[in-house]
Amino acid sequence: MPRKPVADIEASRLPADRLRKNFSDIAPTLDQHQALIAAQRCFYCFDAPCTTACPTGIDIASFIRSIATDDRRSAAQTILDANIFGGSCARVCPTEVLCEGACVRNGGERIGAEGEPVQIGALQRYATDWVYAEQAALFERGADSDKRVAVLGAGPAGLACAHALALRGHRVDVYDPKSKPGGLNEYGIAAYKVPDFAQAEVEWLLGIGGIELIHRPGLTKTINLEAMAADYDAVFVAVGLAGVAALNIPGEHLPGVRNAVDFIADLRQSEDLSDLAVGRRVVVIGGGNTAIDAAIQSKRMGAEAVTLVYRRGAESMSATGHEQEFAKSEGVTLLPWAQPRRFLGEDALTQVEFERTALNADGQLIGTGEGFRLHADWALKAIGQRLDAVPLAALDFHRGKIKVDADFATSMPGIWAGGDCAWCEAQPHKQDLTVQAVEDGKRAAIAIDRALRAEQE
Amino acid sequence: MADLSCDFVGIRAPNPFWLASAPPTDKAYNVNRAFEAGWGGVVWKTLGEDPPVVNVSSRYGAVSLRGQRIAGLNNIELITDRPLAVNLEEIRQVKRDWPDRAMIVSLMVPCTEDAWKNILAQVEDTGADAVELNFGCPHGMSERGMGSAVGQVPEYVEMVAAWVKQHSQLPCIVKLTPNITDIRTSARAAFRGGADAVSLINTINSITSVDLDQMAPTPTVDGKGTHGGYCGPAVKPIALHMVADIARDAETRGKPISAIGGIGSWRDAAEFMALGAGSVQVCTAAMHYGFRIVKEMDSGLRAWMDAKGYATLNDFVGKAVPNVTDWQFLNLNYDIKARIDQDKCIQCGLCHIACEDTAHQAITATKNGQRHFEVVDAECVGCNLCMHVCPVEGCISMQRVDDGSFGDWTTHPNNPMRKVAEDS
Ligand SMILES: Cc1cc2nc3c(=O)[nH]c(=O)nc-3n(C[C@H](O)[C@H](O)[C@H](O)COP(=O)(O)O)c2cc1C
Ligand code: SF4
Ligand code: SF4
Ligand code: SF4
Repeated sequence: MPRKPVADIEASRLPADRLRKNFSDIAPTLDQHQALIAAQRCFYCFDAPCTTACPTGIDIASFIRSIATDDRRSAAQTILDANIFGGSCARVCPTEVLCEGACVRNGGERIGAEGEPVQIGALQRYATDWVYAEQAALFERGADSDKRVAVLGAGPAGLACAHALALRGHRVDVYDPKSKPGGLNEYGIAAYKVPDFAQAEVEWLLGIGGIELIHRPGLTKTINLEAMAADYDAVFVAVGLAGVAALNIPGEHLPGVRNAVDFIADLRQSEDLSDLAVGRRVVVIGGGNTAIDAAIQSKRMGAEAVTLVYRRGAESMSATGHEQEFAKSEGVTLLPWAQPRRFLGEDALTQVEFERTALNADGQLIGTGEGFRLHADWALKAIGQRLDAVPLAALDFHRGKIKVDADFATSMPGIWAGGDCAWCEAQPHKQDLTVQAVEDGKRAAIAIDRALRAEQE
Repeated sequence: MADLSCDFVGIRAPNPFWLASAPPTDKAYNVNRAFEAGWGGVVWKTLGEDPPVVNVSSRYGAVSLRGQRIAGLNNIELITDRPLAVNLEEIRQVKRDWPDRAMIVSLMVPCTEDAWKNILAQVEDTGADAVELNFGCPHGMSERGMGSAVGQVPEYVEMVAAWVKQHSQLPCIVKLTPNITDIRTSARAAFRGGADAVSLINTINSITSVDLDQMAPTPTVDGKGTHGGYCGPAVKPIALHMVADIARDAETRGKPISAIGGIGSWRDAAEFMALGAGSVQVCTAAMHYGFRIVKEMDSGLRAWMDAKGYATLNDFVGKAVPNVTDWQFLNLNYDIKARIDQDKCIQCGLCHIACEDTAHQAITATKNGQRHFEVVDAECVGCNLCMHVCPVEGCISMQRVDDGSFGDWTTHPNNPMRKVAEDS
């Protein structure tokens, strides 16, 4: 038995069956009848706005029409041709600001009284689910090109790139510091969004052949890019943002002050949630998906009070309105306009001190001087992640990320980069989303393939 | 409040909504429930000679379209499978219990005078108001020389109608099959034989779908299927046309018609009546939703008649017939253009792609680089396709733009057979 900590942090706050229920699939797949009805609501738009809004450009009207005509296989093929992580994206995409947000069905009173978009995400999941269940082979590896590519990072960007390269006949070694592939899909997404799914998806994706996974602990700290570039015909860097931003305020070292990503990863990797501890009163600091996921999961683990504190207004949070509403409905208290000043406690965290914030006349965020304290056994920091730049220093950077051109090429010949770790000059507003990472990987693969073939001629 | 009572060839009923001869009118239990719900009359499920027929298991196939579960219904049932005496006794009792409702008995017996004479005497004895001759059933019975096998031969139709009139005092309605080339031929034959009215349409020969696993038509009976009779909302346009054809034929104009085919609402009923029907018959809609639908049909028809100032059914029955004409008499100078209400447009692009690919390239997809759908008047021929594909009600309308003059094909210069003006 571990020693009971000073602060109120313990496992099994809820009975095991309750925990199981709380972390089972939040949105089970549609059955065939539900899918047909949902599919029939699609107008099959010309030059459809939903497709324009999808970072991977899935031909949504087409795959939904395939579903409506009871052809799940073609629907899955259409999705996966454009987005090899169509299954994950169906679960984790913020569809309300992407495809579903653009759906013409939102036209409100114009089309009957509903104004509800077509359930694109749910239909995408319906179409793709059977692919992983059956491990259906929808792609065939191209004739061997005799070229070898190293991919650094087995997350959505890296694996999407690897798959697209394998499709074109190249052999790919994928390096990752973690023991399981999948990147954020495996370690960073709330457990109830993708239970038992990420590995099945990766396993299916690797079924194309020609891709080798190489576990290399400490990869991001020890990459020798020059050596890699010499060993391989091309290198694709997709290491994501493994570093966690620090607050640099007093008390940050106290037990009980944790990175939200670590808590999320622990939840995902836990064999038995009854063994996993959670604070009784949890304060989450941040306003993105990670913050929301950490807050909701704390609550679902049985935390008594969960407060999410964000330094700006709710409208500035990168978590969508839909996610904020969901968090509230789960019993999370959202507290905007406050920033942490220090963590308090002797041997462990007991309180967090905040300062109220506001915008000044120039629209800049300022502290108002007014303070308050929240009792907390745990503080989960989710103020963003960053790239550990040191081993990649040979590359040009922009805003803390690797700078790439429209083809995802870095400043060093033979080295491409994409996903969350890259800043693309052609898309300065590219977001850190799974679906965007997949698109980066896909497009980088096309560029790499073009370069490798040009070499050959 | 409008008066819905009807007198159709002497058959009186509180309203023109009758249940067509089919499973809903199969026995006393159903018919009592129908009358309780408010139906004005029934045509009892077709009687035949004993021994009764035998039905198969799995009898219906349905076509569902975009959420409408039964857009079309197909059946492979036969006539009543109960002994004649049982049916006759129930008919007698129900008519006694519901004297104000129309009780019409549908009949189908072999094509001999004796067979008809024999059954007519028994039906007349029940107190029923009329008989309807089922010359329409397209499956099972036709192979035995009955149903549409008779209905497809005008000489037989005339002959049987004449026997019926000769051997019975009851009003005689002949139910027509649509499985012929020209409905007017059968209608004329029926009236020549002395029928008081025709009713139409019976079901249309059809195969609903093919089960691609069993490689057999549906409904599938132990691995095999057969053609059935198609009915329901999908057949209404076909039925409307056939009713109109009889209503405006020189020989049958103004003759009584009881309309059947895809009727499920007061509006459907009103449309058929505007084309000349004196009563309407319903089957699929009742099978889909139950007898209660007559409530909304009844109140809806009254409300519409009140709004229009029609006090009785006769005020509007046949009113649309004069406006059904031949194509050659349509005004070629009439010109309309599509108009898109930009405030309603949700930018689905369906109008554009429909006009672009299959009509007249008259709707833009962009304007100044922006997604924008707008009609180019110079190209628009006023075909209405865009209006029908647009998912937003009232978003695309058609606006008249011509000068109000008239000119039809009969005098058009492109017509090689045009009539030259008399006194030029
Ligand atoms: C607007 C329109 C015009 C048509 N014109 C002709 C025609 O000129 N000649 C012809 O043989 N069929 C014509 N058809 C009938 C079609 O060729 C086809 O037989 C019919 O539409 C049934 O097929 P579908 O409903 O499965 O498309 C026309 C159909 C439509 C809708
Ligand atoms: S915008 Fe909506 S209705 Fe149109 S194709 Fe996309 S999902 Fe279908
Ligand atoms: S009415 Fe016909 S021609 Fe005119 S815009 Fe619409 S589809 Fe095109
Ligand atoms: S079909 Fe209707 S809603 Fe769609 S773009 Fe055209 S006008 Fe707009």
